[in-house]
Amino acid sequence: MNKTGAQIVIDAMLKEDVEVVFGYPGGVVIPIFDVLYDTKEINFILTRHEQAAAHAADGFARATGKTGVCIATSGPGATNIMTGLATAYLDSIPMVAITGQVASPLLGTDAFQEADIVGISRPITKHNFLVKSVDELPKVLKQAFHIANTGRPGPVLVDIPLDVSRGVMENYSYPEEVSLRSYKPNLNGHAKQIEKAAEMISQSKKPVIFAGGGIIHSGADKELKELAEKTNIPVTTTFMGLGGFPGDHPLFIGMPGMHGAKCANFTLQECDLIISVGARFDDRVTGYVQSFAPNASIIHMDIDPAAISKIIKVDVPVVGDAKNILTALNKIIKKRKADSWNDQVNEWKGEKLFSYTDSDSEIKPQAVIEKLYDITKGEALVATEVGQHQMWAAQYFRYLKPRTLISSGGLGTMGFGMPAAMGAAFGNRSLPVVDIAGDGSIQMNIQELATLAINNIPVKVIILNNSYLGMVRQWQQLFFNRRYSSTCLRGGSLCPVCNGPENCTKKYIPDFVKLAESYNVAAFRCDEPAEVENVLRKGLEVDGPAVMEFIVSQEENVYPMVPAGKPLDDILEG
Amino acid sequence: MSTHTISILTENHSGSLSRIAGLFSSRGYNISTLTVAETDDPTMSRMTIVVSGDEEILEQIVKQLNKLIDVVKVIDFNDMPKIERELLLVTVDLNRASRHEVVETANLFNATVAGVTPSSVTFEFSGERERVDDFMTMLKPYGIRDVVRSGAVAI
Repeated sequence: MNKTGAQIVIDAMLKEDVEVVFGYPGGVVIPIFDVLYDTKEINFILTRHEQAAAHAADGFARATGKTGVCIATSGPGATNIMTGLATAYLDSIPMVAITGQVASPLLGTDAFQEADIVGISRPITKHNFLVKSVDELPKVLKQAFHIANTGRPGPVLVDIPLDVSRGVMENYSYPEEVSLRSYKPNLNGHAKQIEKAAEMISQSKKPVIFAGGGIIHSGADKELKELAEKTNIPVTTTFMGLGGFPGDHPLFIGMPGMHGAKCANFTLQECDLIISVGARFDDRVTGYVQSFAPNASIIHMDIDPAAISKIIKVDVPVVGDAKNILTALNKIIKKRKADSWNDQVNEWKGEKLFSYTDSDSEIKPQAVIEKLYDITKGEALVATEVGQHQMWAAQYFRYLKPRTLISSGGLGTMGFGMPAAMGAAFGNRSLPVVDIAGDGSIQMNIQELATLAINNIPVKVIILNNSYLGMVRQWQQLFFNRRYSSTCLRGGSLCPVCNGPENCTKKYIPDFVKLAESYNVAAFRCDEPAEVENVLRKGLEVDGPAVMEFIVSQEENVYPMVPAGKPLDDILEG
Repeated sequence: MSTHTISILTENHSGSLSRIAGLFSSRGYNISTLTVAETDDPTMSRMTIVVSGDEEILEQIVKQLNKLIDVVKVIDFNDMPKIERELLLVTVDLNRASRHEVVETANLFNATVAGVTPSSVTFEFSGERERVDDFMTMLKPYGIRDVVRSGAVAI
């Protein structure tokens, strides 16, 4: 059968079971959009910005484990998705991004809307392709989907020149198999290494399991739980690993790191063995690396050999898929009874992992999140933007299942949450989807309220409005003598009164309620602590999207906090 | 700091070279030499990279190289015996007084004459990097007009 390049792109998506595609049209991708016009099987969602399309594809992938797909045009369209690719790359999210490119004869001539996208995206994709001819397009697309969602997942970009999408391939067929001589991810951990790990665990007096996003990517949550329960070893999960182990489990000791639970940090610093599964020892987790877990031996299980000994010297490396490794380990692991180590850890844990001082006069942001957890009983997908609210969302909502927290961990991308929530809502229709946002981050992709409204996507946006870029303000307060340079979102960057919010007379910039209503999205504002629950319930009950704005205490800080570059047990508390 | 000679077998695609070089540059590493050409299999290229730097970071770079989809095999020659050569073309000033000594020096190194003009001679020489350096040092007093070195290849 003869097919044009554009038809091949869409046919490949159908063969790869792509249900939803996010994107934005432009000159050189019109042929692809022309084919989409007749393709009823694919739900195409027009976002209002290409960056949002990439984040939405990412959110879909995080919620489902399937590959997210987005399309953008050449030049500015393609450069707009770069932040989305970098976000997905750092969090190992499977994505395929299709970008249009100027026609091959124009490549490299600074043609209209031309940019070297393969060059620009090279360091922020798992792999990328510039398609040279329509005949190689099917093979490239097959490889792109394969690479994105195998091994350590990641984003793959396929750049398609206009003449390729217009060109015709004779005798088209979509390949069934992929053969890449250089790409064969190692899925099964080495049996000898797993035995060594089991032996080391049985020798350990003070072990801790340290699980990361790899648990979620490989679907190893059940195996992790089995390991923990057999051995009674306390479990800490990184931010990316939240939900990989039930947040209400007695063995759960919270996430570690800069804004982690004291209990998790003390446990890591005091333990004699870290059993790390699918975590990469990010600097936000380890604190000052040289003083991280000074007495511990380390078992590191990871699918990516390059992740091993990258930051921390490892004693027993096990390369492979977390689910396979844990399954093998569980078969040979010896049972372990809870002992004085568990007592010590439980003593550090206390009754609650995190606490704050509540107030009757102003809304505490933590209280909004705790209330949300109570109302939903944890049965929700929580997306976040980036900043203080993101850390509170990690601390005060308990994630009971994998893929229920959708947040930009590695890159820390402001503006990620709402579009990602939108994508997640397409992937998971059974749970409510909430985006927890700050007033700063939400403004980075607020135009997507239109996409929510037009498609009636039931994303509930909770804005914790403190009128500040709160996380930066917190650092300015603690380490820069309260000089709030360019962090007040009401004043200008040189506002004379902004050494504290008391004197500010301006209100609501923007007025989020009016703004949401102008997009035809239901909106509620709450500035009374007593009204929090009521407003949350109202927002959650809306049939479709809703914005709930909470005017919260302006100078609330995220605690505990390990200052950057300090050891994990050097903890600031409010 | 140590110097490593790394050999990379990669798919013969446009873009492979910059992807590989990018791994070094993203960590602020300066590649001292890089050579690349097709192998006996036209779908594959062999790249030889000489780089010096911190051992741990180099180990990371080798792991990252192995991760690249286009890369078929990576060899770090520091762990094994190697034969390493570099090609040099060098044009030296020539005059009646120096002619004899210049040719004599070239003979000592077994360099061959690749071209001659009334005022210059161009030598072709291949050998280990250090030998190439030595040859250049010997020729310097006679006036080096132009020089090109290929960078190391190793097997």
